[in-house]
Amino acid sequence: MAFTPLGSRKLLFVTGKGGVGKTTVATGLARALADEGKSVLLIALDKRSEVGEAFGLTKLSFEPTKIDEHLSVMVLDTEAALQEYLKINLRLPIVAKLGVLANALDFLANAAPGVRELLTIGKLCYEVREKHYDIIIADAPATGHIVGYLAAPEAINSFVRVGLIRNQTDWMVEILHDPAQTGVVAVTTPEEMPILETKQLLATLAAETKVAVAAAVMNRMPDIVAHGATLSAIDAIIDERPGIFGSESLQGVVIANQLAVARRREAEHQFTALREVVGGTFPIITQPNIAVVPEGSTMAREVANSLREEIA
Amino acid sequence: MSTLRESFGDCRIIVTCGPGGIGKTTSAAALATAIATNEPLRVLVLTVDPARRLADALGVPGIGNEPVDVKLAGVGTLSVAMLDPRASWDALIRRQAADEETAERILQNVLYQNITRRFVQSHDYIAMERLHELVGRGQWDLIVVDTPPTRNALDFLDAPTRMADFFSSRFLKWIIAPTRSSVTSLAAKPLTYMADKILGNQFLTDITEFFLLLSSLYDGFVERAREVESLLAEESTKFLIVSTPEPIPTREATFFNEELQKRSLRIGGWLVNRMLPASLNLTDTSTGVAILAREEMAQIADALGVDVATATAARDRMVAIAEEYTTVAERERAQLAALAAGETPVFGAFTAEGEIDTLQGVTSFGQRLLSAERVLKFD
Repeated sequence: MAFTPLGSRKLLFVTGKGGVGKTTVATGLARALADEGKSVLLIALDKRSEVGEAFGLTKLSFEPTKIDEHLSVMVLDTEAALQEYLKINLRLPIVAKLGVLANALDFLANAAPGVRELLTIGKLCYEVREKHYDIIIADAPATGHIVGYLAAPEAINSFVRVGLIRNQTDWMVEILHDPAQTGVVAVTTPEEMPILETKQLLATLAAETKVAVAAAVMNRMPDIVAHGATLSAIDAIIDERPGIFGSESLQGVVIANQLAVARRREAEHQFTALREVVGGTFPIITQPNIAVVPEGSTMAREVANSLREEIA
Repeated sequence: MSTLRESFGDCRIIVTCGPGGIGKTTSAAALATAIATNEPLRVLVLTVDPARRLADALGVPGIGNEPVDVKLAGVGTLSVAMLDPRASWDALIRRQAADEETAERILQNVLYQNITRRFVQSHDYIAMERLHELVGRGQWDLIVVDTPPTRNALDFLDAPTRMADFFSSRFLKWIIAPTRSSVTSLAAKPLTYMADKILGNQFLTDITEFFLLLSSLYDGFVERAREVESLLAEESTKFLIVSTPEPIPTREATFFNEELQKRSLRIGGWLVNRMLPASLNLTDTSTGVAILAREEMAQIADALGVDVATATAARDRMVAIAEEYTTVAERERAQLAALAAGETPVFGAFTAEGEIDTLQGVTSFGQRLLSAERVLKFD
């Protein structure tokens, strides 16, 4: 394949419309890359992310938790990120203890425009720069919000003209805009609304940022029902054409197969719609629908197994 | 109380909430459409998603910030509007500013534009603010509100309070203080030092000017935020939690349910969307599988006009698919029954592929939702 392998990058933002399985893909991707022997840091950008559950953790912290030799996970807490930032850059270790500043931290992280986004991006880029890990995977905000994050350093630059932050954003922009280092993984399902939102995301990313798209993942692709003559035979049976089974109805069998055929057709239709927009600019990885996770395995493990061939 | 419609009795506001990607917008629109078809009510549905297919189905290709009427063959009327955060913020500033000049200065401020255009938290507040405004017009008997698809669960509920808190915070006053009077508060010194060092002096000046302008809107904002808050707590406002039977949406919806209960808000029901059809069950599937097993493959192949190998392959695949789908369907129903053990009335619904492409389809889906029977605790 002519595309740059996903695993050769340093920073991946896994995003997608709510409900498409963004977190599942992020955990599967992290698992697969860690299995390849890369040291991976998976960062949940949202406190309510299910990343922890995926690895059997009840709680995530800002301090990375080691899942095994190659994989660590953490959650990005903006307040902790700000404190870390201040400690490193201003040498103000007691900052959190100052009552007055506690308010300020709150305000800065919650209300000041773009500070949350900037701190988040800053921490991610910092990890890339520090090289403690081979690759950083961010379980990023949903499609509607991701651009605000990716554009934050430049947005801040547009109204912060001097000062520490100004000096700080230039190197972040450099990492973000380098397609060899940074990429967006757009997760979608083969349904109309998620595909529509993915198209919008691609357009907005191109218009408002210079961050490259590394891949799209078509998650929960329903299985192929059958090919050629077998599919035609199934079609004839589920149409309940008279004369095949006399007057008897196959009931549940017909209902299930009608659903399976309709879902696969709609999915293929949506897949084509996305491919037309993407052209050959980046790969579209299909991830089969996993209805039942086998005993003793996990969803992350199952997704990793099917992603393995696609990411090497 | 047995159907979903009965559970929402004489509500004036129905708020649909839940994780993203589970058919929340469609459910809100379908409910509103079916109610307006059946009952002599003026119904408005306020969505946040640019659901083009839904807009096409409703016959209103251009859903925007201002409500438009949907042509409906029913006893009631239906209007639909889509939240445009940017336009709503601008309108709010224009309404609340003391004079046109203040309004213009705020609208032109680069920080204001960044906050309202780009940054996420502002959308939650404006969605609730917009609801308040539309209720105030008194043009509708029932408003169905589709909430922003947020993973931070109930941010939209907290947004009015957060906004009010923000405006009354001591911190905001500190920021503004140096500009307002010549006396610089001693407490603000380390802050100014830090902000200066991190953000640069120019930024601090910009931000101060912005908040100084906004502070003239203070009383109005706090009052509005409080009103929005009490609107959500009214007896005639009920929440509809929407999810699917999958594990992650279910966990998120469970969290919503607990949070709403904690806040003593009224929950009319929990709708589990995208269930496999009830007609897919073990009994019916095994009947079908038995028929397939009994038949002579040669005869079937003949009737289909294919060779025996193809007919056999088709049969085996069909049996495998039927068994997989039935297993999932049974598991979904067991899960629904488990959810029904709680206080909140639980309802299940099946959506057909491509059903919501037409107004007729949206209406029939809505009718099915309205007449959905509450799942019994020991189903």
